[in-house]
Amino acid sequence: MRNASWVVLVGAGAFLALLGAALGQDQLFRVHMGILTVVLLGSTAVLLRTAKFAPAGGDAASESQYFDSVVRYGAIATVAWGIVGFLVGVVVAAQLAWPQLNIEPWFNFGRMRPLHTSAVIFAFGGNALLATSFYVVQRTCRARLFGGDLAWFVFWGYQLFIVMAATGYLLGGSAGREYAEPEWYVDLWLTIVWVAYLLVFMGTLMKRKEPHIYVANWFYLAFIITIAMLHVVNNLAMPVSFLGAKSYSLFSGVQDALTQWWYGHNAVGFFLTAGFLGMMYYFVPKQAGRPVYSYRLSIIHFWALIFLYIWAGPHHLHYTALPDWAQTLGMVFSIMLWMPSWGGMINGLMTLSGAWDKLRTDPILRMMVIAVAFYGMSTFEGPMMSIKAVNSLSHYTDWTIGHVHSGALGWVGMISFGAVYFLVPKLWGRQRLYSLRMVNWHFWLATLGIVVYAAVMWVAGIQQGLMWREYNDQGFLVYSFAESVAAMHPYYVLRTLGGLLYLVGGLIMGFNIYMTIRGKLRDEVPMGEEAPQPVAQPAE
Amino acid sequence: MDFDYQAMRTFADSWGLVYLMAIFLFVVFWIFRPGSQKHVDDAAQIPFKED
Repeated sequence: MRNASWVVLVGAGAFLALLGAALGQDQLFRVHMGILTVVLLGSTAVLLRTAKFAPAGGDAASESQYFDSVVRYGAIATVAWGIVGFLVGVVVAAQLAWPQLNIEPWFNFGRMRPLHTSAVIFAFGGNALLATSFYVVQRTCRARLFGGDLAWFVFWGYQLFIVMAATGYLLGGSAGREYAEPEWYVDLWLTIVWVAYLLVFMGTLMKRKEPHIYVANWFYLAFIITIAMLHVVNNLAMPVSFLGAKSYSLFSGVQDALTQWWYGHNAVGFFLTAGFLGMMYYFVPKQAGRPVYSYRLSIIHFWALIFLYIWAGPHHLHYTALPDWAQTLGMVFSIMLWMPSWGGMINGLMTLSGAWDKLRTDPILRMMVIAVAFYGMSTFEGPMMSIKAVNSLSHYTDWTIGHVHSGALGWVGMISFGAVYFLVPKLWGRQRLYSLRMVNWHFWLATLGIVVYAAVMWVAGIQQGLMWREYNDQGFLVYSFAESVAAMHPYYVLRTLGGLLYLVGGLIMGFNIYMTIRGKLRDEVPMGEEAPQPVAQPAE
Repeated sequence: MDFDYQAMRTFADSWGLVYLMAIFLFVVFWIFRPGSQKHVDDAAQIPFKED
């Protein structure tokens, strides 16, 4: 019976979760395990209903085909989690502008903020990476995914991680580590899933029929391996009880802070950059119909990026208890990162040389190009902000938030949208997307949203920084902290508007993808052509 | 051999640095070695071999 071992495993998991719900040492753990029990019982039921009783070995013919069903699920999950993540983002932005929107205890800002960051980074970005890496590694290795159902385990295991992380935050659990808030038992689960992911990816590379490993796979592999290392070291912790939610980090004081930001910045470097560069090096050439501008530059880009990024984390701890040399080290490596980042950006943009006219008619390519442009902009801004003198003004202000969002909405979001728009018609065997005009709408709404967001946060952040450091001639601070908070109100309202534009773009994508999957084609004027003019009727 | 902080950081900023630099320089030499043009051109075409 197909699924038999999975049914047994998930069913046993549901029983263990039920034990956890009954014997948990604290309320949070009991409730969280109760949720897990329900999720796993539901999964067992679904597995039983989809079980096939064909004799073993019936799937042998599929070995010659690509394993694309998991990529299809990944594409849908990317779109769905993206919309959820953007929506929570708009809600938290509104909560900052209008504090009355904090609904205690589950939906106050403190719990919603990690929900937003994890939803967009790990749920939206992570699913985009899972789906595209599985797609790209098969195409560029000319081999089916290694490990059979293991890829399904990776996909569903990762969704379970997302659900457990999200519900844990809303229930009030947090390890207190930025971008790594899930508690110890959720971290352990992610470790298992991630090792399986590495196995699937490495196994596919090992059985490749193409002698050379294409550069996109190097970036994906660096992302998978480095995230494994970062996740394990950063989350080293001792639980108070093996049946309780709370745990304490193995590090203390400034070592803990440095470990956190070594993780945090490399999550940016390897999750949000290296993985998505893998996407860029496959999907931009595919969509443009031309090979990458310089394959040599892509290899230098890769090695320079991974050797430099790993040292940049201390720039998050300027003017703290971290030793001064370590702060300077972080700053110097951040500035050196200009080189590979811009090398990569130029490589991506120049791939279009001789094909720039396609931008006029292809909004998907437009999306990818603006993504690479935002990659260039945010990797210029980041090193600049890591310079100590600049950081003394920018740190702890909303400028940092603006910077993160120009990278996340501009680079990560746009390249993922481009990849999804490329993938969906191919994966479902559709002639084209439901509507290219809607992609164009998505493009402009998202771009406008980012511009509003980033520009507003620049003004807000610099104003904040200047207010905090304003002295009068007697050496007293001119503004109280509360005054700088009150001054932010108009910016926070505008920021919410920027986020809302981005969310509307995401909703349009959701509709477009849904209609494409259903096999519909919108009757519309092709991009770049004029709508037919109504013929003037002669007057009677 | 004890693995105290000073010993490890001395190793990291001497042999570790040499090791990483050597890898990087080797990569740069390797991709620009004579006769590599055909290989990199072929590699750049990999995405177009399948659909």
